[in-house]
Amino acid sequence: MNSARLIGIVGTYGVVVALAALVLFGFLRYERFLGFFNVMSVLRYNSMFALVALGMCFVIMTGGIDLSVGSVAALGSVASALASPHGIAAGVAAGVGAGLAAGLINALLVTRANLMPFIATLATMLAASGSALLLAGNQSVSVSYDSGFTAIGQGNFWIFPIPAVIALVAYVVGSVVLNYTSTGRTVLAIGGGEDASRLMGLRTDRIKFLVYVASGCLAGLAGVVLASQFGAGQPIEGVGWELSAIAAVVVGGTLLTGGSGSVMTTLAGVLLLGILFNILNFENGLGWISLSAYWQSVIRGLFLLVVVLLQARLTGRRGSWPATTSGP
Amino acid sequence: MITQPDQAALLLDMRDIQKRFAGIPALAGASLQVLPGEVHALIGQNGGGKSTLIKVLTGYHRRDGGQVLFEQRPFEVGSPHEAQVSGISTIYQEINLVPLRSVTENICLGREKRRRGLLDWSAMHAEAERLLSRFSIRIDVRRPLGDFNTATQQMVAIARAIGFSARLVIMDEPTSSLDEREVSVLFSVVRQLKAEGVSVLFVSHKLDELYEVCDRVTIMRDGHTVRSAAMSDIGKLELVAAMLGRDVAVVDGHATAFGARDRSRIGDVLFTAQGLSAGQSVRNVTFDVRRGEIASFAGLLGAGRTETARLVFGADRLKAGEMTMERASYHPERAADAIAAGMGFCTEDRKAEGIVPEMTVAENITLALLPKISRNGILNEDRQREIVARFIRDLGIKCSGPNQKVRELSGGNQQKVLLARWLAMNPKLLILDEPTRGIDVGAKGEIQRLILKLADDGLGVLMISSEIEEVMEGADRIFVLREGVSVAELEGQAANVEDVLAAMAHGGSPVEAAA
Repeated sequence: MNSARLIGIVGTYGVVVALAALVLFGFLRYERFLGFFNVMSVLRYNSMFALVALGMCFVIMTGGIDLSVGSVAALGSVASALASPHGIAAGVAAGVGAGLAAGLINALLVTRANLMPFIATLATMLAASGSALLLAGNQSVSVSYDSGFTAIGQGNFWIFPIPAVIALVAYVVGSVVLNYTSTGRTVLAIGGGEDASRLMGLRTDRIKFLVYVASGCLAGLAGVVLASQFGAGQPIEGVGWELSAIAAVVVGGTLLTGGSGSVMTTLAGVLLLGILFNILNFENGLGWISLSAYWQSVIRGLFLLVVVLLQARLTGRRGSWPATTSGP
Repeated sequence: MITQPDQAALLLDMRDIQKRFAGIPALAGASLQVLPGEVHALIGQNGGGKSTLIKVLTGYHRRDGGQVLFEQRPFEVGSPHEAQVSGISTIYQEINLVPLRSVTENICLGREKRRRGLLDWSAMHAEAERLLSRFSIRIDVRRPLGDFNTATQQMVAIARAIGFSARLVIMDEPTSSLDEREVSVLFSVVRQLKAEGVSVLFVSHKLDELYEVCDRVTIMRDGHTVRSAAMSDIGKLELVAAMLGRDVAVVDGHATAFGARDRSRIGDVLFTAQGLSAGQSVRNVTFDVRRGEIASFAGLLGAGRTETARLVFGADRLKAGEMTMERASYHPERAADAIAAGMGFCTEDRKAEGIVPEMTVAENITLALLPKISRNGILNEDRQREIVARFIRDLGIKCSGPNQKVRELSGGNQQKVLLARWLAMNPKLLILDEPTRGIDVGAKGEIQRLILKLADDGLGVLMISSEIEEVMEGADRIFVLREGVSVAELEGQAANVEDVLAAMAHGGSPVEAAA
């Protein structure tokens, strides 16, 4: 094994090692850290971010970015809350539909109008946020508790939270798509060189269209989970979600410039950031230090900075992130 | 001049192709006929339109006029993907693959193997290995393409192209990054393809290669086809003359604004280079420049002219060879060393490497000079104004004033701004790479007179130009480069154009250096 390959493995699986270390730290320090209640609530809460990060992961792997995910999730939560009296299916369809619409707009702006993804999705972010507030009448929209809609966010499948199961299924599907379909491999090829991919005869616009639509749908689904879990459609939620999602993707070893990445380590990235947040809460509870939510933001920001600097250091040597796997 | 093969037998027939970019014609009446199972050379100088013609054929650009028949049927494709499906595969000049992804993906993406709807990786790895084994290449196809050297990447690109079972394979300068052994492997594959009835369109600037592997040749110049012939019917000298648009038999009068020179003004030796080499593109180049002299590199595209200039300027790393500047040993590690030694370098690509279009004339002229006219980081605006005014006046830069944006100036005036930037540094040696490319005729003359005046004032000039007239009439001495080797040194102005062309074509010159 040469050194380049070793660096690649550290880069990709470093997140898993860090995750394990963090869990061990929490287990040794806090009594209830690995307790059933805490584990399940961490999984339940973070499944929304996991869904958003999955879409973001695919977008970033093409070399793009989707800044609209947070406000699209908020819009999805409002739409699904409004539809929730008509049943679970209606609620899900409304939330995912809202996400689909936003994703279509992003996809058209990026592939047809040739706008930079940064600008296109920024515009959609503002528009979605405004639409959510308009639709909700500037306040939270309570969901119907009679139609069974809340089961999506609050229910369990056997002992596991349903949103966590949804997220896990989404990640397994995402991983298969990335590793075992031409669509997935083309996503990576585009990120590694869009012009080259086009000259190779790959249908770059079609694939880019797909990833933005997928990202919108997943953000809409996250909105459904949000509304169902907290009992209300929340038009002002979702602020900063895009940054958390980008952070999770990057911490998971995916290159911010595209071309190299992995779905499952993105999930590890989501869990890493979620558990870090969880640990800060425990630390608060111990009473040694008192960390306000603002301080937690600062600490998470510093953590992300360290990870990105480490990535840059590891990749800087070669100028590119060495891909460890080219599929199984 | 264009011989017409039997039309019914043609594999590809492109006629009267037109293509404009922003109103400027890149192709004006280009034509190309390729027979089934032949290796067809496509040659021409930089800007001749070869690459554009290929990109029109493969659907990367949409043509503005003309017709294309492929296998006797009208051929209309909107993308490289469609061209590939229709039987035309292309290997582009710059390797257009994805270095981050594995060799297998780079070969197989676009025609993946599947089992039960999902990608069958083991079959794809095996396919990639099988295709590469035709080139006797055995590598770990699971590793990222970027791990391998350029030659291997080139072979991967070729493996990809032939893997599509194409009926026409286009190779745009496939040998530029290959060594001799790899070239011979490539040629055997080309012959193999030919034996299988596949046609190859072969673009190269290495004439010997064309004669070794090609059956027929099409020559392009200024966006149109000037000649098409069997390789056996056309000599090297004729080929070069047709490419450069120079009739061998006729040496006409003055085509440039370089007048007769007062050679007494040429001084002592300023710069010498001995046996420079840096890999494939520059292998053994020796030349020198005197004070007040215009020395020039002549050579075909790919002869190593720009690459040599980059070595001199410290932009690329030298592998072997010695240089001196003002009789002192000179080893530039980076461009800053060259500038400190008194050199300037106006690059070939004004837009990408030179001017900053959104900045003003004044800012562009003094960009490199800022540290010298600032004190404690504060710009001395009086000095800046004074310098800028002097250059606008001396070089005759036509602009509304120092504060006009460079973007708004004509090509010729942009070039003058770039010249002014270097001259403001007071260089002793100025390297000019294609100083008049993309400039209209009137402005060309002005730039040429300016170069002459600079030399008269004692500046050593190293000029690279693809326009043979510019070299013939402007240079005091001509160094002919051929495939990275300096093959001849000729006295400028006195030199015979036939000698220069012969040196470019054959390597040796019938009349050795006049000196």
